[in-house]
Amino acid sequence: MKQKKEIVVYGYGNPGRQDDGLGPACIRLIENWLSQHPEINVQTDCNYQLNIEDAEVISTRKLAIFVDATMAEMESFSFERVNPSNAKVEFTMHAVSPAFVLDLCQKIYDSSPETWLLSIKGYEWDFGEQLSYTALKNLNTAYDFLKGFLLKKHHEYIEQNVNLIQ
Amino acid sequence: MSKKITIEPVTRVEGHGKVTIYLDEQGQVKQSRLHIVEFRGFERFIQGRPYWEAPVLVQRLCGICPVSHLLAASKALDVIVGAGTGEGLTPTGEKMRRLMHYGQIFQSHTLHFFHLSAPDFLFGIDGDPDTRNIIGIALNHPELAVQGVMMRKFGQEIIRATAGKKIHGTGAIPGGINKNLSIEERDEFLKGNDPLNADKMVSWAEAAIDFFRNYYVANKEFIDNFAHFPSNHLSLVRKDGAMDLYHGVLRAVDSEGRKILHDVDYQEYYNFIEEEVRSWSYMKFPYLKQYGKDKGWYRVGPLARLNTADFIPTPLAQAEFEKFKALTHGKPNNHCLHTHYARLIEILHAAEMIRELLHDPDLQGDELVVKGTKQKEGVGLIEAPRGTLFHHYRINDNDQIAMANLIVSTTNNNEPMNRSVNYVAKAMMTAKKEITEGMMNAVEVAIRAYDPCLSCATHALGKMPLEITLLDQNETIIDKKRSH
Repeated sequence: MKQKKEIVVYGYGNPGRQDDGLGPACIRLIENWLSQHPEINVQTDCNYQLNIEDAEVISTRKLAIFVDATMAEMESFSFERVNPSNAKVEFTMHAVSPAFVLDLCQKIYDSSPETWLLSIKGYEWDFGEQLSYTALKNLNTAYDFLKGFLLKKHHEYIEQNVNLIQ
Repeated sequence: MSKKITIEPVTRVEGHGKVTIYLDEQGQVKQSRLHIVEFRGFERFIQGRPYWEAPVLVQRLCGICPVSHLLAASKALDVIVGAGTGEGLTPTGEKMRRLMHYGQIFQSHTLHFFHLSAPDFLFGIDGDPDTRNIIGIALNHPELAVQGVMMRKFGQEIIRATAGKKIHGTGAIPGGINKNLSIEERDEFLKGNDPLNADKMVSWAEAAIDFFRNYYVANKEFIDNFAHFPSNHLSLVRKDGAMDLYHGVLRAVDSEGRKILHDVDYQEYYNFIEEEVRSWSYMKFPYLKQYGKDKGWYRVGPLARLNTADFIPTPLAQAEFEKFKALTHGKPNNHCLHTHYARLIEILHAAEMIRELLHDPDLQGDELVVKGTKQKEGVGLIEAPRGTLFHHYRINDNDQIAMANLIVSTTNNNEPMNRSVNYVAKAMMTAKKEITEGMMNAVEVAIRAYDPCLSCATHALGKMPLEITLLDQNETIIDKKRSH
């Protein structure tokens, strides 16, 4: 029987806007890695932006990791726990934040998966599908970190499940 | 003292827009303007690229309505590859595209209703913005919030099954499509676990209309009078006058219902529509050439479509259409907030169309693509969720795109959005010295009725908060408000 995937890694952004595509690019790397390690307890998802239906996507998971590009000042990437109380409303609401998705998930599904946001520093946002050189370096650094985190969580969950059975 | 109020909304993936409201010495609203920064970079970017790349390239415009751009570009390129102007595709090709399109309409309108308009109705336009959204609905009406989420998901899954994937879908290609719908996919949508099936979507769409109608009965005066002004209305209609969101002829009616654009072939849209440039806005102002800039401007979108169509070709939506038309005694409806009602009727129509298409065996056909004699030029029109979307391409002898012109729905609605803002400003800001949350919300409500997609309209990235700035006649800031 196929093992239930308790972890979802969800990249978002527009790959047609250069570094805005860092999230989807990270998902491609993770998918390649998972194709060599199908036993790992991780599924992926990807879209242009987050929206309300993603509350349902994370509602059945133990762990959700969102991956996005960022303009914020930082070294190469940041990895922060998502706090649902930081959910804020945008003017036209054609997209929502990870905090909004988690907040909605808690309120309508009564589910609170551990949720993180991996933000990868980008620099160029014009039309085009190529990541900038520095963004690509940041992506690789963030990817190495993410793999390590996912492996750690994968083993933790296996241990928890074994303990539950015992 | 003359004053100027500015509102600036934007997010990282959307565009850059602001509202400026000018007051005169007596505090009367003199003028208001919706500015949207429009960089026409995309048309230049696409020049020189092989024409067959266009359907994927245009999805770079934004992540909000990529399916509409994919389909409009594909329709224009159908003409270029000699497959005809919307009627030459194989039955499988045309019906798969229609299914994709109605999935897009369904999920986009659903987002607007549950996320934007329903919270305004439930909590009032003066309600706290932090709860005036689907999270507020989740706290107070959880069953409605779940419906919103699952309806969005259903529409997204239809798109995934027809476009191939969520990002940069390739389902529509010049001359047709590259995949049909498998029996397994079809059955999942028709008989899937409750609530993710077509029957449930139809019944929830009906319930959403009931929700609005109840609100309307209790708030008729507000709904009817908010930003109500006469206008022309433009959209595609089927040749027999039926509502058709995928293909048809171009029709416009005036505020009294007289046809002022008589079901013309959109391949020659440039003979009928002109775009005006105004010094204070980067976004152009389209109008019907024959009637000039002052009288030829028009609305597009759900309200316009219900005003131009003679009937809706699905039974449940037709019954609602008749009730909608009765409100204005068969005349065009020019009430800004009735756009929400029209949008809900379109959700129901889209749900019925999806269900009908899913029962059609042509979706499992194997003839996917048609080709003919290559042409140098093609125009593709589609009724996107927000209104009529124009794509126009010309290619050179090397099969490269030599010219591209896009008129997106939000640009088509530029003048009516400006008029709506002006209407609200005059009603709420006259003789006021301070900008209140209620004033900001009212301006937002007026703009949001059109569901503008600033990303498409601007072709640009930006990141800006919602901001109101009040300036005197010397443009010195005397008040400033920022929502986030």
